[in-house]
Amino acid sequence: MAIAAARGKLIAVIGDEDTCIGFVLGGVGEMNKNRNPNFMVVDKNTSIGEIEETFRGYLKRDDIGIILINQNVAEMIRHVIDSHDLPIPAVLEIPSKDSPYDPSKDSILRRAKGMFSAEDFR
Amino acid sequence: MSEKDRLNVFPSRMSLAIMKARLKGAQKGHSLLKKKADALTLRFRSILRNIIETKTEVGEVMKQAQFSLAEAKFTCGDISHVILQNVTKASVKVKSKKENVVGVSLPLFEPYQDGGDTYELTGLARGGQQIDKAKKSYGRAITLLVELASLQTSFITLDEVIKVTNRRVNAIEHVIIPRLERTLVYIVSELDERDREEFYRLKKVQEKKKKIRAAEELLKKKRQEAGDHSEAASIFDNFKDPEILFD
Repeated sequence: MAIAAARGKLIAVIGDEDTCIGFVLGGVGEMNKNRNPNFMVVDKNTSIGEIEETFRGYLKRDDIGIILINQNVAEMIRHVIDSHDLPIPAVLEIPSKDSPYDPSKDSILRRAKGMFSAEDFR
Repeated sequence: MSEKDRLNVFPSRMSLAIMKARLKGAQKGHSLLKKKADALTLRFRSILRNIIETKTEVGEVMKQAQFSLAEAKFTCGDISHVILQNVTKASVKVKSKKENVVGVSLPLFEPYQDGGDTYELTGLARGGQQIDKAKKSYGRAITLLVELASLQTSFITLDEVIKVTNRRVNAIEHVIIPRLERTLVYIVSELDERDREEFYRLKKVQEKKKKIRAAEELLKKKRQEAGDHSEAASIFDNFKDPEILFD
């Protein structure tokens, strides 16, 4: 664990093709020794089971510090995301190309609600 | 329950002193924990505000990034396979550091460049500029998202710690301190009771002694009236012991 921390952690991406391309182009993509990438392209043929499995796999890998996930994909595996309550890896929900960002669905913001009044959420 | 719920101690002056010290310690601990909880809550609120601001900003930046990617796609055609197949090593990674807030270590992420750009030559034929732009805007999005991630991890950690601290504060306030107070009351009442008992006992002894003395006086008087003036024998009287062995 200490060695992994010293090496620096990766950012994993689960999302549609454009999101993945964008972030990989930005330089987060990495293929490890077993040829497992740290990103997953979700299209309309990807089953929920596959997404869930990949997500759980990323949670287990100790070289991943942050997991970026499209909000519409996150909706599909909401129960898995909600059950993950450790600080690392941090799961971030990001808006995708074809669905606008909805703050009321975000796990973190839902937890934050009730501590802040409604107008703080726009 | 509330009357009976106290520490099981023997009521003595010693345990009274111990209990007083413990009560004082508990009160001190309570005020310290309360301060800690306040400091954490302060931090928590500022982080929460930051998260909401950053989330809004991320929305904007992501929109721009997606738009620039669309531009790049428009100019260079379908580059998705080239990009997704050429992945080797990540050039952007995050370092995790620790930040200390009143004894709670919060993880902080910091992005850093590691190695060169893998896609230096992508779009060399056409649209290189657009790809460069997309790269830059996604880079900005990544920086922002990393910042958001560290805020979020701090948020989760603080949430947990605040819960624990508040639970402790409440436990001390509503369970431990009342129990100590009840123990103190019990010890004090028990000691008072013993005091009263002792007082009563002394009184009783005095009374009895008085009675005995009165009876003796009466006897003496009667004897004197009967003509017997002999006092009780005293060792100061000049009295010679009769010789027993040699005479």
